[in-house]
Amino acid sequence: MVDVSLSVLIFLPLAAALVGALAPPRVGRWVAVGGSVVALAYVLVILEDFSRASAALQFTTDVAWISELGVRYSLGVDGLNLFLILLTALLWVPAMVWAALRVADRPRLFMFHMALAETAVLGAFCAQDLALFVVFFDLMLVPFYFLIGGWGQGERVAATTKFVIYTLVGSLLMLAGAVALGVLTASETGNELTFSIRELAQSPLPAGTQNWIFLLFAAAFLVKAPAFPLHGWVVDTYRATPIPVLVVLSAVLSKVGVYAFLRIVLPVMPDASATFQEPMLVVAVISILYGSVLAFSQSEPRLVVAYSSIAQLGFILLGIFALDELGAQGALMQMVNHGLVVAALFFIIAALTARAAGSPSLEQMGGMALRAPVLAALFLIVALATLAMPGSPNFVGEILILFGALEEQLVYALVASVGVALAAVYGIRLLQRSMHNRVGPSVEGGDLGRLDLGVIAPLAAVIVALGVYPQLILDRTEAATTAKVTAAAESAGQGGRDRPAIEAPGGPIFEEPGADPRTELDGGESHAEVSEGR
Amino acid sequence: MIDLLAAARSPEIDYQALAPLLATAGGSIAVLLAGLFGGRAVQRVLLPLVAATALVVAIAFSVVNWEPGDTAPIVANALAMDTLALFMSMIFYVSGLVTIGLSLRWESAREAGTGEYLALLLGSITGMTLLASAENLVTLFVGIELLSIPLYVLCASALRDRRSLEAGLKYLVIGSVGSATLLYGLALVYGATGSTDLDGIAAAIGGSVAITDALLLTGIALAVVGLAFKASVAPFHQWTPDVYEGAPTPVTSFMAVATKAAAFAILLRLFDHAFPTVQAEWGPALAALAAFTIIVGNVAAIGQRSLKRILAWSGVAQAGYLLVGVVVGTTLGIQATAFYLAAYLVMNVAAFAVVIARERVSEHGDDLESLRDLARAAPLLAWPMTIAMLALAGFPATAGFIGKFYLIDAAVAGDYAWLGIAIVVGSMISLVYYLRVVAVMWMDRLEVKLPTIPPRYVRPVGGWSPEADPRAQPEIVAIAVIAAAATVVLGILPSPLFDVVRDVGTSISGLL
Repeated sequence: MVDVSLSVLIFLPLAAALVGALAPPRVGRWVAVGGSVVALAYVLVILEDFSRASAALQFTTDVAWISELGVRYSLGVDGLNLFLILLTALLWVPAMVWAALRVADRPRLFMFHMALAETAVLGAFCAQDLALFVVFFDLMLVPFYFLIGGWGQGERVAATTKFVIYTLVGSLLMLAGAVALGVLTASETGNELTFSIRELAQSPLPAGTQNWIFLLFAAAFLVKAPAFPLHGWVVDTYRATPIPVLVVLSAVLSKVGVYAFLRIVLPVMPDASATFQEPMLVVAVISILYGSVLAFSQSEPRLVVAYSSIAQLGFILLGIFALDELGAQGALMQMVNHGLVVAALFFIIAALTARAAGSPSLEQMGGMALRAPVLAALFLIVALATLAMPGSPNFVGEILILFGALEEQLVYALVASVGVALAAVYGIRLLQRSMHNRVGPSVEGGDLGRLDLGVIAPLAAVIVALGVYPQLILDRTEAATTAKVTAAAESAGQGGRDRPAIEAPGGPIFEEPGADPRTELDGGESHAEVSEGR
Repeated sequence: MIDLLAAARSPEIDYQALAPLLATAGGSIAVLLAGLFGGRAVQRVLLPLVAATALVVAIAFSVVNWEPGDTAPIVANALAMDTLALFMSMIFYVSGLVTIGLSLRWESAREAGTGEYLALLLGSITGMTLLASAENLVTLFVGIELLSIPLYVLCASALRDRRSLEAGLKYLVIGSVGSATLLYGLALVYGATGSTDLDGIAAAIGGSVAITDALLLTGIALAVVGLAFKASVAPFHQWTPDVYEGAPTPVTSFMAVATKAAAFAILLRLFDHAFPTVQAEWGPALAALAAFTIIVGNVAAIGQRSLKRILAWSGVAQAGYLLVGVVVGTTLGIQATAFYLAAYLVMNVAAFAVVIARERVSEHGDDLESLRDLARAAPLLAWPMTIAMLALAGFPATAGFIGKFYLIDAAVAGDYAWLGIAIVVGSMISLVYYLRVVAVMWMDRLEVKLPTIPPRYVRPVGGWSPEADPRAQPEIVAIAVIAAAATVVLGILPSPLFDVVRDVGTSISGLL
């Protein structure tokens, strides 16, 4: 049976924007916004129907797309991508609303590109076929290229070119890697050519072959993340990108790369993941320290957030390459947290810039708390989440990552925990310089308008809610994340906790009772294998 | 006496199989004769109509004759109208139709004589079909000359343009060198194998002729060089940018697509049919040429400002990608090459149509500047150009992506994984210049304010005017939009084309 629900979800924003593009400008942009709102509602329905106990894919679609190349149009949701899809749908709504009200130049075209981007990102998160993933992964770049180049500020064309070339260099390498992976696996097993991630995971290639393919994939995902040596595009892009685009770029796009490590790299190339564990951990730790230190010394709030993102993505990478269930789960949790926090931060920065006479510099800000108490309060909530205060969802995420890393890789975890302290430094500095201190020379204007309040307050509310009830995510993701790291963890010789060894190579699929994840992880219940529900 | 008569009897001729060839050759003569009548209606309507009809008839016969697996040569083993030949022929015919459409409002063609112009075009197409179906070294050479000589003249058909005349002369000189080299190579191959039939050559190699025979290998090498001139494979590509830039743009678009397809058709036929047993000898050499071509073409394109030169260098790079399908010497390679050529047709047609539309009205000619802020002035031209550039760069949801995917697939499966990486590296470099074209259209502002209401008629040739509106040249816009739409459709629903190229793969049997 073909379940079209995910296809509807993926292509709904694009379809709405196409309709909107044909409508008159005033109506057209709201049609596009409507598409993203309906998509969000749709994801909430999927969340409600999602069976939390199973690590198997749900709502699957699997039909041949290009049979000659073995490419299948294969989609599915499991604990790994459920909340990233939700994050995507959730963050696109405020970005679209903000854009519909604030973008004056060619609004329908802007909305069309935004919607195309949403479609591509949702597609990349849902894709269960490696080639299909590559298609959506590369397709993401097209709308962002036009959005940054057409509506950005400053050196927008140079920035967008740099951004696209950096990321596409990575993804083209991944394209070669993906084709090689499919073809070599087919000649190894003698089966038909396939790019199905699940089938590729069942017959991993010899370790030597895995290694060079791993490097091609890692290049793509580390550029996208961005991680330390490959972050050259970040500064220019973050400076030039218009706010609604920056929100989704930083909050969602950066997650696709790290998500793909969990979805593709660890299950399909477990031996290579184990081989390159140390180098990847080094990259992660350097990203954390480098990002944190530079975030501390920036004078533009946008760049503070840019560098803090490098640090946060370093944390996520640390969680993933600890090759540990807790670490992976923390990484996933942190992907969602970082997305929410960064989205809220950029809307706040837009509000700050508007109140500092359009200046992007922290020097021009200050003392806004008295004039804009609501803005200050919301900023405080978001800032506390950034520095992972207990009670914030980031606290849960970072603790899980550090637990996972401490278990397996003590040294890296200890160094990384310095990053947590540094986060407090740059987070508080940003808050203090803009909200408190002396009133800036050109600060004007009062509290948040309805639009800004309407986009920031719900995000802050979600952050608070998630801090109170992180189980919403943890319950549903535990089974899937565990399944993804098992093979790589075994290959690295760190069999994990006292769980029974699982034989099937490469991401076996478990059914888990949906109990409290903590006790369960330590308890080590038996895991019954189930076949994937189609 | 009877023996003599028997020997003189003409070979069995399958006229239905030859019908596409006859249609274009007959069309060529008909157009030439009809062109003698001077009337405006004849010159402007009838001649293009006759030429287009000839091509449509040829396409129709190609479709009717489409029979996968039928590889029997016809006309005394001189030709094989198999699926490979028919597929490539259809690319020539479509490209010819497009060229006729693009030349409709082109004053220089009228000045040079529309009848002669179209007759030469159809003659060149006839040569291409002959070349793509050649099963014999002699037919091969006749085909390549029949293809080339009209093209030399076509390149110089803008009689008042020095650059056009220079392009024609340059192409003539370099093309002749290429032909001579090819002929020398073919002679050596004949000397080594004692046969001019591709079948006979294939049988001789590994049988009576040693695989390492120096005569044979020298012959193959010289033939490669000769064909590399035609296909603009580096380092035999130097003429390409100059000739592409100087030649009238409709002719350039025809050369870029059809000539390349013809050259690759015969490369596939030679290497996969006549020389497959020596693949180990020529494979690495061709692979080196392919990688070199990819790098040279893409790097040289970066510094260009003329759109035609950009497309010329990009064409060199694409020749490198296409060569990968020949290098591997597999059925998959043939299929990937055929697929990429079809994708290449639609991508290039869209791009060249926009270049023509702009150079007719812009004071900047074919300079990058002529596209500035096109997205606001003429979205109907900006979108096709954008799609063409993204497709050539290999973005997904376009035919270019699937084509590259297929070629990389063929490379890896044929144990040339490093060539797959070369394609990828080439695509990375190519982003720099393809994206620059896109950026000029969408991200650069033009100072002049264009009026929103177009005038009813704009003289197609002449100086630039701010009133220039694409709607004054509907046929060019239509070609651009249709080609761009095809690029996207083939990128999303490529299965029909895959079915066709699978048939193409059956035309040469005995491969992996």
